[in-house]
This record gives sequence, structure tokens and C-alpha cells, in this order.
Amino acid sequence: MAATASAPASVAAPPPRRRVRPTGLGGWLVWALVAFFFINLFALIATVVLDSVATTWFGSWLPDGFTPHWYGDAWQDFNLTDVLIVTAQVAAVVVAVSILIGVPTAYALARRNFPGKRLVSLLFLLPILIPPITYGIPLATVLYKYQLAGSLTGVILANLVPTVPFVVLVMIPFIEQIDPKIEAAARMCGAGTSTIFLRILGPLLVPGILAAAILVLVRTVGMFELTFLTAGPGSATLVVVLYDAVFGAGIRAPQTVDAMAVVYTASMLVLLLIALRFVNPTQLVARVDAR
Amino acid sequence: MTATTPPGTATGAAARTGQPSMRQRLAERGIDRVLLLLLPGVVFLLLLFIYPFLYGLQLSFAPIQGGLLSNYETFFSDPYLRDTILITLGLGVPAALLNVLVSVPIAYRMRGAYRGKRTLTTLLVVPITLGTVLTAEGLILYLGPSGWVNKLLLDFHLVQEPVSLVHNYWGVFFSLVITGFPFAFLLVLSYLSGIDPNLEKAAAIMGAGWRQRFRYITLPLLAPGLAITFCLSFVLAFSVFPSANLVGDPAGSTHVISIAAFHAAFEQFDYPMGSAIAMIMGAVMLGVIAIVLGWRGTLYRGATGGKG
Repeated sequence: MAATASAPASVAAPPPRRRVRPTGLGGWLVWALVAFFFINLFALIATVVLDSVATTWFGSWLPDGFTPHWYGDAWQDFNLTDVLIVTAQVAAVVVAVSILIGVPTAYALARRNFPGKRLVSLLFLLPILIPPITYGIPLATVLYKYQLAGSLTGVILANLVPTVPFVVLVMIPFIEQIDPKIEAAARMCGAGTSTIFLRILGPLLVPGILAAAILVLVRTVGMFELTFLTAGPGSATLVVVLYDAVFGAGIRAPQTVDAMAVVYTASMLVLLLIALRFVNPTQLVARVDAR
Repeated sequence: MTATTPPGTATGAAARTGQPSMRQRLAERGIDRVLLLLLPGVVFLLLLFIYPFLYGLQLSFAPIQGGLLSNYETFFSDPYLRDTILITLGLGVPAALLNVLVSVPIAYRMRGAYRGKRTLTTLLVVPITLGTVLTAEGLILYLGPSGWVNKLLLDFHLVQEPVSLVHNYWGVFFSLVITGFPFAFLLVLSYLSGIDPNLEKAAAIMGAGWRQRFRYITLPLLAPGLAITFCLSFVLAFSVFPSANLVGDPAGSTHVISIAAFHAAFEQFDYPMGSAIAMIMGAVMLGVIAIVLGWRGTLYRGATGGKG
């Protein structure tokens, strides 16, 4: 990688070798800025982690002593077992349903040009472009009207709104790169539509589906706004329970809140590490490729 | 429905009359049974995205008491509510501007391929996936009166008393930068790597220094991408909700519009008012995006020569 980076620079250097290491000061400044950002970011995470294992910590550089017992307390105080089960249920259903709805949609959008395609594409782009809190409030109002909010169903339905279009967006390029002749050949050999989907496209699309699933998983576990607006007691996911613990601070020790924050961070990081084995980091953020 | 006609009869009829069947003519325009696959997705979004929006819009004009527009009148006549727009713009615009403007030189420096680029982008994804709630919790401890930052400032005698950096405007601002900067940076980086490096090389051959190359080659090609990045960063910052509550001063200096909408809808259970505020929020957001994209329309639009 490094070799390919420096090679074009030296090739393009009839005006003398300026691009190899241009303007040292600017370069250092840029790296210093990035380093400053990361130092603060990791110090920020470190304080949460340290506080979660501290006996007491006030005003000194490091805690007075270390103890793991806040984790046990947090686990009991916040019923973390139940919360994690709810989170896993929501995430699993959201992933499965958004794949089931999203992949066929992506297939139709990738393979056909039809009148009104731009309108349909826009329909699938809007929920990704518009921030969740904006459409979440009317959505939660509707879900309350039909008595769906406050239950697991409501949380799942709300979370599906951005994830279905997201799966469509992620899957379209994966489907476009499969040669339509393969399907045509299968059809010539007598395969029906369902056979083509299950035996031909399915196996070919596994990497794409895996990538989409893992991205949806990360987003659903981290999705605060929609879950917060629709969750009731017993249907709140980890991130919402964490928010309630921070915001509705009561008599509990702050360390238990930090312990839960660490549990949340750890589970997110594990998901992230798994995700990054399958997808490019930018796919996690690039919500729209703005063509 | 022509779709239910067995294929044999359709082609048979076509052969007999010499005219392509309805089904064939539709298929030529791209309409066939494959489009039925769109149905679940479209119906789902119509039910859970379009219908709630229309319902909210309708609800906002049906206030609990008063006339058609009384929700909007209340919003714009009550300074506590009206000012949420300015407060949110005051947070969102500077934060988005800072995130985008700082990203440009850094991404420009780091656009080539080099060892560790993937590590860097991976690290940058961390704050985005951690989310605002954890960031807020960290900020409270890290920037709080007895946190490391204030300790450092006090020990070096830079300040006499702990600086208050959380539970005010700055706490929310920092939280917006921590989650917004990596987002903006990764987008700018992907736009920059979509610009053909040969264009810059050509300019370099003709003797342009890096300033000129950046000003006259890269920047004009990057500007449309920057406009999009700014819009997305702004939208993220404008919809700030959890951190405005957690590290901000939700009743005062960071009483942002999403808090007002949430408060009306789910704490006072005045759904019409909550919907009205959500609609205003959407309208302001669209307004800013329209301004930025309108400005973008005046810029060069064309091939950037690269994959983007």
C-alpha cells in the first residue's frame, strides 16, 4: 500500500519532488489534530471504564481502589439479563424482517427500469435521509393510536422503518453485479421464480446479505431515538435503559450506570469487530451515496 | 390482470394477431411480475412512513383547542418555544460547519493509500457506533468539574476555578463534534478519493503549487460533495436529542426543538402540538438544505473523473 502511494507521486514529478512530503508543518498539524481528537475520545471512554471499576473516585487522577462489584449491582438494579434478552429479540426480528422485505425490493429495483422508479427510489431514500427523531414523533403517535407502542411489536415496527430502506440500499449494488444471464439460464432449465431465488440468487447473495444483516444489527442495537419513543416498560433496549439511568438519575451509585455503559460499549464493540470483518468502515456511516 | 394469463396463450395471441400482447408491451417498459417483489417494501413504507407523516400533518392542524392554525400560532408566539429554532440552529450550523471544514484539510492530507488507512477509518467509526448516550455519559465524567480536563487545566494554573464544560451549550457542542466529525470526515474522504488524482498531477506538471492545485482543481470538484456532507452533518446536528438532555441544559440554553416536540407529545400528551413542532422541525431542516443545495446548483457539476 505504502509503495503504491508514493510511486505515483514520484512519477508525476517533473516539477521537482514536491509531493513526496509537502509542507512539513501542515502535515504535522493535521496529524496533531487527529491525535488530539483520538486522545480525547479514548480518555473519554477510559473515564467511563475506570469509574465503573472504582471504589470511590473524586478529584484525583485515578480512583482510590478497584472493585468489580458495581457490575453485579448494575446487573441486578437494571435487570440486565431481561434487557439484553429484549435487545437481542428486537435486533434478531428487525434483522430477519428487514432482510426478508428488503432483498426482494432491492432485486426489483436493481433489475427493472419502470415508470415511476425514481419515485419509488425516493420513497426508500427518505427514511435514511431524514433523522429518526423527526419522523419518529408522528410514527410513535400513530403506533400509540393503534396501541402498538409500548410493546415489543411497536419497538420492532419503528426500528424497521429505517432498516428496510437501508437493506435495499446496501443490496442494490450486490444484485447489480450478478449477471442476469445466470437467472435466464436457470429459467431455461426449468427453474421457477422461488427456485431461482433460493437456489441461484440466494447463495450468490450471501455475502451481501451478511453485510446488510450485520449493518442492520449494529444500527438497531445503537438506535436510540425510535426505540426511546416507542418503548414501554419491558420493551426498552439496552441503549434506552442506559439513557433512562443517566437522565433519571436517582439514588443509585453513578458507578452502576457506568458499569452498564461499559456493558453497552463492550457489546457494541464486539458487534463492530464482527461487522468490520464483512464490511468496509465507510459503509457503516455512508447513509446515502449521494449520486 | 394480464399477469395471470398463462404464457402460452399470450404468445399465441400475439402470433395470431401480429400485435405484441399487452403483457409483452408492458414488459418492454419494464413492468412485469418482478415488480410484485416491490410490494411488501412499498406497502410497509406507505403504512409506517408516509401514513404517519400525513397523519401527523393532519393532526397538527387539528389542535386540542383553538382554530386550524392555533398550534402554529402558539409555537411562534411563545418565545420559549419559538427560540428553540434559533437555539437548534445555533448548535447545528456551527457544529456542522466545524465538522466539515476541519475534515477537508485532514481528508486532503490522508486521501492517498497508505499503511494504516483502514485502521484509521475503523477507529473513526467507533464514536459513531457508540452513539450519543455513551458519549454523553463519558463527557459528563471527562469534562466535569473534577474530570481529567479540568484537573489538567487547574494543575497547570491555566484556570483558577474548574471551567464548566458540561450541562451547558458546550457539552452538547462537544458531543456533536465527537459523533459528527468522524461522519463528516469519512464522507469527505470518500468524495476526495472519487476525484481522479491525474487531474492534480496534470496541474502539477504545468507548474501549479499545492495551493493552486487545491484552490482551482480539487476544491471545485469537491464542492458539490461538501454541500451534501454539510447537509447530512447539519441534519444530524439539528435533530440532536439525547445529548441535549444529558450533557446540555435542556430547560435553558440547549432547549432544542426536538426536546420541545418530545415534551409536547409525550409528556403533556398534546399529540397535535407535538406533531406541529415536528413538522416545523422538518420544514426548517428542509429550508437549510434547500439553501445549501441551491448554492450547490450554481457550482460545477460533472464528471470528477474518478469512481465517485
